[in-house]
Amino acid sequence: MLKEVRIHGRGGQGAVTMAEMIALCAYNSRKVVQAFPSFGVERRGAPVEAYVRISEKEISRRDHIANPDYLVILDPTLLENKGMLNGLDKGDMVLINSSKGEDEIKKIFSIYPDVKIKCIDAVTLAIDIIGKPIVNTALLGAFAFCTGIFDMKAVRAAIEEKLGDKGPEMVNKNIELAQKAYDHFDPHKQFVVIPGEQHLAVVDEDKMVVDS
Amino acid sequence: MKKLLEGSQAIAQIINRCKPGVVSAYPITPQTHIVEDLAKLKADGEAEYEFVRTESEFAAASVVLGASAAGTRTYTATTSQGLLLMLEVLYNIAGLELPVVMTCANRAVGAPINIWNDQQDAMTVRDTGWIMLFAKNIQEAVDLHLVAYKVAEGINQSVMVNMDGFYLTHTMEEVNIPEQTNVDRFLPKFKPVDFLDVKNPKTFGYLATQKEYQEIRLQLHEKVKNSRSLIIKTMKDFKNSFGRTLEPVSTYKTAGAKTVYVCMGSIYGTAKIAVDELRKSGKPVGLVAINMFRPFPDKEILAVLSKMKKVIVINRAVSLGAEGILTTEIKKALYGKCKVKIADEIVGLGGRNVSVEDIKNLLV
Repeated sequence: MLKEVRIHGRGGQGAVTMAEMIALCAYNSRKVVQAFPSFGVERRGAPVEAYVRISEKEISRRDHIANPDYLVILDPTLLENKGMLNGLDKGDMVLINSSKGEDEIKKIFSIYPDVKIKCIDAVTLAIDIIGKPIVNTALLGAFAFCTGIFDMKAVRAAIEEKLGDKGPEMVNKNIELAQKAYDHFDPHKQFVVIPGEQHLAVVDEDKMVVDS
Repeated sequence: MKKLLEGSQAIAQIINRCKPGVVSAYPITPQTHIVEDLAKLKADGEAEYEFVRTESEFAAASVVLGASAAGTRTYTATTSQGLLLMLEVLYNIAGLELPVVMTCANRAVGAPINIWNDQQDAMTVRDTGWIMLFAKNIQEAVDLHLVAYKVAEGINQSVMVNMDGFYLTHTMEEVNIPEQTNVDRFLPKFKPVDFLDVKNPKTFGYLATQKEYQEIRLQLHEKVKNSRSLIIKTMKDFKNSFGRTLEPVSTYKTAGAKTVYVCMGSIYGTAKIAVDELRKSGKPVGLVAINMFRPFPDKEILAVLSKMKKVIVINRAVSLGAEGILTTEIKKALYGKCKVKIADEIVGLGGRNVSVEDIKNLLV
């Protein structure tokens, strides 16, 4: 089954890198993948779209993704352009970074009653953990949990590969951020950050505090 | 080895394995990642070539011209305005019969300014005497570079491998980069016969007067036309060595078809889906891709298209005031040899998305 992902962000927010990381995660999970960007003008802040196709067999088409199964929105201010929501159908999923909360976002998407909405305040999480409002790794973790296409192990490996040139500290912090976002959607796996732990993703299970 | 790679990254890796002596290129979107990766391979000590930085594409082309004339395997890459800036040198490289290989990451040409994909750049330099190959996907773009070097050095003629900007240069997919030992076996060390050498002085491209110029140019014309046999042979050799098919013309579901689309480059993959869907709804359509544009595969095209009632030519470049450039080429191949309707369709200029629906809608 061909699954199509469309990511909306702004130049500098990491939409293209996120598409590549999704592709890498799926590829390492034995899927056939294709990831590609659609740049607008090449400058920071300009709207950017990036696409991923994930399948079990050869992917031949190279047109833009008009009917995504998963729509990922890195920047909620992009919602002002309603054209961004084109192609949403019953059963599709929207994963959005917003501080508004799921109920508020669901109102915006009320014309799409059959679309699953997953909302996370990734900016707050990202500033907290990596010190920058870059949300792509957070949404990668969220994407892993919400779609089940690949697991956190694949996410960790993809972050290590794609962000390796930023040094081990940034890699570990991004893994921590992705794990937090992953756990945000998993009611049974709420972590607390343990002071001094650099690598939350491999933290000893005994140290985990499960939120009842 | 199979890896998930961006198209440009894959090209840089195969070029390094082809072991050029001199690489010179000037960065320009969407070719930039190829040059960046080649520069990085060099900086990281993973490459043997000399990387010559230049102030323009004109200079980069001139550097590879000189290096090639001195008997070195060379490489350059460019696109769009950069290719046009090279134009004078491109004529000279081809006229001097130098085995330069270049990648053109196809892109639109201004004005208005536009950095996205179509094929106007390559079509504009089609008369220079370069052999021109087109890739339908990233794997083919990689593989065609091996064929390009082998052909270029086999007959001393320059070869341009075209790959659609962004659609292939910026897409990540699984690519098989041939192992170094297999590359070495297929493409042995370059042994030039004629080259600039202070110990054995020669001159290249000396003045040809009214007495000789025409003969020299027409000889070159014949040489480029006749290069088809070596290109086809090399593609077959490639298949024997690496197991992947390369051919001057690809066909898809042409058996039993009454109408065929003819296209060039990465749009083939999208058009395949359009053909699948049309076939499902009972429409007898097929698809043809031109992978070798210079020399033009007249024979192969005639063999497929003469059986059709209608041919829809999908052009990504226009001869302004005339028609789509690929349409003219197809008409030339078929003229006086068969009766078939030819529709001239121009799509996807300046990176405009061409969807499966768009391609289906060309069938009216």
